[in-house]
Amino acid sequence: MKPLHILTWLVGALVTIFAIGGLHWGLAQIGWISFFDWSFYFEVSAAGLLQGVMYSLVALGFVLIFKASGIFNFAQGSLVLFAALTMVGLMELFERDFGIRLHWVLAFILTVGVMVLVAIAIERLVLRPLVNQPPIILFMATIGIFYFVDGFGQALWGSDVKVLDIGMPIASAVSPLGVRMNVYDLIAAGVGAALVAGLGVFFQYTRIGRALRAVADDHQAALSVGIPLKTIWTIVWSVAGVVALVAGIMWGGKAGVQFSLALIALKALPVLILGGFTSIPGAIVGGLIIGYGEQVAENFIGLEIGGAIQDWFAYVLALVFLLFRPQGLFGERIIERV
Amino acid sequence: MGQERMGMGAAAALGAPALLSVNNIEVIYDHVILVLKGVSLEIPQGGIVALLGANGAGKTTTLKAISNLLRAERGDVTKGSITLAGERVQHLTPNDLVRKGVIQVMEGRHCFEHLTVEENLLTGAYTRSEGAAAIQQDLEMVYEYFPRLKVRRNSQAGYTSGGEQQMTAIGRALMSRPKVVLLDEPSMGLAPQLVEQIFEIVKTINEQQGVSILLAEQNTNVALRYAKYGYILESGRVVMDGPADALRQNEDVKEFYLGLSATGRKSYREVKHYKRRKRWLA
Repeated sequence: MKPLHILTWLVGALVTIFAIGGLHWGLAQIGWISFFDWSFYFEVSAAGLLQGVMYSLVALGFVLIFKASGIFNFAQGSLVLFAALTMVGLMELFERDFGIRLHWVLAFILTVGVMVLVAIAIERLVLRPLVNQPPIILFMATIGIFYFVDGFGQALWGSDVKVLDIGMPIASAVSPLGVRMNVYDLIAAGVGAALVAGLGVFFQYTRIGRALRAVADDHQAALSVGIPLKTIWTIVWSVAGVVALVAGIMWGGKAGVQFSLALIALKALPVLILGGFTSIPGAIVGGLIIGYGEQVAENFIGLEIGGAIQDWFAYVLALVFLLFRPQGLFGERIIERV
Repeated sequence: MGQERMGMGAAAALGAPALLSVNNIEVIYDHVILVLKGVSLEIPQGGIVALLGANGAGKTTTLKAISNLLRAERGDVTKGSITLAGERVQHLTPNDLVRKGVIQVMEGRHCFEHLTVEENLLTGAYTRSEGAAAIQQDLEMVYEYFPRLKVRRNSQAGYTSGGEQQMTAIGRALMSRPKVVLLDEPSMGLAPQLVEQIFEIVKTINEQQGVSILLAEQNTNVALRYAKYGYILESGRVVMDGPADALRQNEDVKEFYLGLSATGRKSYREVKHYKRRKRWLA
């Protein structure tokens, strides 16, 4: 992605937001929707976009694993839950048994270690024996991993709702340019952006990153030049585990760490369809569109038809995309030469 | 000429020690399908050896047995041994083998389509740990052999031509600083002129870098011109081997692999099947 590219997208996004606002304004003028207010619209948009970053964080984990191994990892949601549970659990454990208040940074580092162990275990116990099996088998295996990790995490750390306190403001708001935004959401968006930038650099410019992309393209050829698939898979699952941890912290810090965290994976699905399964920028843009789209639909159109659009709006959007652009916005074009 | 040297093995015929030798290996896929039924061959230090044969004769399987890519396809070497400079290498992973200097250039090129040509070349240096300077130097070396790749260095490999992809694949293998390169069907799908050009470069690399090459080819004519020794595979067995010039003179090779014979060009329709059986499988 060149700077010019990003600029074009930013301008395009702004224009689109204004255009959709204008559309709603028009609808309000002719009386199809009962209420429209520009400043409220911008607030809703901002909230939606910030929410979207959170979706992107979850989708990112899927993209990483799909890119490197062609596996649709259904278990990503449970990894989010497991990571967040482990982090809170570790903090509680230290406080209860040793009387130490573990700083969240330390807890984070410990949890990263745990996620790496989980990645190694998954590679050893599930992926390695199933290598060369058709994708559907691996997909089924990840469903198995989902339920196992889900249950195991709760058996280990308990199933009550936990509070994850990393000292972030939950309720305060700021109003740059007159648009009220939640500080927590802003910080989460910042963290998400930093994570994506970091991953982008890692993939593009490091030896391991290059090897990861090589494996994603043609794992036989990667094997033939001496890239060890097992190591690469372990790295990818570890990175996906860390991404899950960050997503878990952001979601868990906001709504508490609880079972429903595992289900946000389902919200990541339409994001992936929109953005493309193989693209990191796609996961971001897809998340933003879904977050923004569902908030705006809920607050303006939902009012007219009795609400609750939010839950299914994303899927309708995804369906439309499937019909017209099955590889997603940024999905890798399948290179075909004649 | 050369007939007396037939069947004595590449190392003895060329007077160089065998760097890699395959001794009577048997390969079974999926635990049941017997593909190689006792193949033996030698790659002498610094030599080019051709492995010839028709479709399905077992050329690719032999190469993959050596590079150990077989296991990823549920194939297994069940009998015999493969040694590199006297050391058994069958149990090594492809990664370890590349570190030891044995690398395969797969049939059909298998470039990383979404990586640029230069990134493709750099993936070949994955196993190396000498630092960026040495790798950069080798990159320049590859560009010297394949100037075309330097021009296309920033193009996505998926969008380059077949010849450029073949060059990328060979260059990528060179980046690992190999001792033995297993080249699988480099002429596949390329124009004759390009084939000639690529073989010329391979020969130069062989001479200048001292890289030994095992060349699996269906294009017998070209392969025997560049190789010094040849093995002919049929249905998973080596049915004939000898120095390239001797093979080229051999009546049966002429007839069945080069499409020539004493009576001029001949159609396969007229070849009596029993004759071929008797000659090759007796």
